[in-house]
Amino acid sequence: MRGYLVRRVLWIVPVLVAVSLITFLLMHAVPGGPWDREKPLPASVVRRLNAEYGLDDPIHVQYLRWAGALIQGDLGPSYRYRDRSVNDIVGDGIGTTVQLGVMAFLLAVLLGIPLGMIAALRQNKLPDYAATLVSIVGIATPSFVLALLLVVVFSVTLRWLPTHGWEGPASWVLPTVALAGYPMAQIARYTRASMLEVTRTDYVRTAYSKGLRERAVVLVHMTRNSLIPVVTVLGPLLAYLVTGSFIVELIFSVPGIGRFYVNGINERDYGLIMAMTMLYAVVIAVLNVVVDVLYAYIDPRIRYS
Amino acid sequence: MATGMPVARGVEGLASPRAVGPRRDALRRLRRNRLALVGAVIVVVLLVIAAIGPAVAPWHYRVQDLDALRANGNRPLPPFSPNHLMGTDLLGRDLFSRLLDGAQISMSVAVVVQLVVLLIGVPIGAAAGWFGGRLDNLLMRFTDVIYAFPDLLFIILLGVAFQETILGRAMNGLLLIFVAIGLTAWVTMARLVRAQVLSLKESEFVEAARAIGVRDFKIVSRHILPNSIGPVIVAVTLGIPSAILAEATLSFIGIGIQAPRASWGSLIAYGTKWVQSEPHLVVFPALALAIALTSFTFLGDGLRDALDPKLRGRQ
Repeated sequence: MRGYLVRRVLWIVPVLVAVSLITFLLMHAVPGGPWDREKPLPASVVRRLNAEYGLDDPIHVQYLRWAGALIQGDLGPSYRYRDRSVNDIVGDGIGTTVQLGVMAFLLAVLLGIPLGMIAALRQNKLPDYAATLVSIVGIATPSFVLALLLVVVFSVTLRWLPTHGWEGPASWVLPTVALAGYPMAQIARYTRASMLEVTRTDYVRTAYSKGLRERAVVLVHMTRNSLIPVVTVLGPLLAYLVTGSFIVELIFSVPGIGRFYVNGINERDYGLIMAMTMLYAVVIAVLNVVVDVLYAYIDPRIRYS
Repeated sequence: MATGMPVARGVEGLASPRAVGPRRDALRRLRRNRLALVGAVIVVVLLVIAAIGPAVAPWHYRVQDLDALRANGNRPLPPFSPNHLMGTDLLGRDLFSRLLDGAQISMSVAVVVQLVVLLIGVPIGAAAGWFGGRLDNLLMRFTDVIYAFPDLLFIILLGVAFQETILGRAMNGLLLIFVAIGLTAWVTMARLVRAQVLSLKESEFVEAARAIGVRDFKIVSRHILPNSIGPVIVAVTLGIPSAILAEATLSFIGIGIQAPRASWGSLIAYGTKWVQSEPHLVVFPALALAIALTSFTFLGDGLRDALDPKLRGRQ
């Protein structure tokens, strides 16, 4: 197990190098540069800026300089927000993005798993249909549509919650729900399916025939086993929460880091693009390892070697 | 599970002892799954709309009905107005016709992206599974890299990078989006096909084919791939809603389809600006998108249940 873990963690490094190389090359293949404005800057100014930021060096020199700085924890300069470094920008917003992601994840898990379990235990009865309807709506509604819907109902019509911003718990509600909708629906779906499978196993029948009460069978015998397949989808769903949050951040003007990705690309802010890509890639790669380890922990039948 | 079985079926089974082929067996299970059936019907309807919708649409998607707009005090027409079933937008363009045109975009995303996925994913997955060794290693390592990429962001970057090229201008920017989405989606297919090939490689019919001297390519294409068609079909069907969603998301943030053409995603984005005064501009495209996503998901789920070998032969 430990050897497996070490190998998995070490493998993240070449993956990240590949991701950064591809992004770096693609990014510089994008026409235009960070100095493009509505009113073009004089050629001499552009030349001076390029020289100042080393943008006229050969591309491999630029990449190595960027990578060297990264190893020392320096994400480099932002080309758009010229008075701030990328470290500052990321540092300012990352807390908010993480908070949003964690809240949405908790909401999705805490609602999704019970929803799926109830649906499975009352299969083809009213609770099942209700839970299924909720998860269908959740899957079929993109986060931006859900966000819109929530704003119309709770902000515009009922005037209970603010339409945007990130000041205090009231303003956290709508972005969190909008982001959590899809993962919650998926978790509910997977939980229901695997609970149904577990219901038919021999050991559950044995448990019932021993005279155990339903509560005991469900909590002690079924839950843990039925959550194994659910854990496998948590990885992709977490990745969705991390990378998908930028849409929600855009709609609700949440001061996280998500908005900087699209802005970064549109404004050719090379430093920001690289920082955001690497940040997401690290999170996804680490999450994948965590999920695999968690998987082995929940299911003792799985052994990594 | 045999409880709900109608008696007639049992009698029929006795009358014709001939075994039911796996394909017909699967079809029978699919037919009994009502949700999947509804999904299939809607999918067919959507495909037909995409094919002929723009031709039968009451208006051209970019035509402005300025007279009606003026008659309404320069406000967009509400739904169920004469001549405009779903009303118009602020420029007097018929929303229903624009939705029909958007259907064409969403459905071509559905088809083209999956074609890209099949064309790249199946050969690479099959080769990796069959030959194993270094090629297999390379594929798996490459998959790791693609998996670590934040895919939507990668698509955006690709989209912006090639916006000004021939590829980027083809079909109002659509082709590029298709290719970009396909490029991030094929790895899942490759992994799936690889796993299928690996599990079938050791089977007896493959051994038999090898023993009589059938060449590698033919074994894979004639014996192994047809036997793994089930999971591939399921993966394709379930890949469609995520491709449609990716396109809608890209169009929503303004990358992707270029105006005046509009996909459902960009219609929603447009409607967002007027959501308080003209909610119909958001409601209809959002409904269309939701219906499409749900139908493909139901159909895919039903196909998976129908084609799942674990259930095969059971009721």
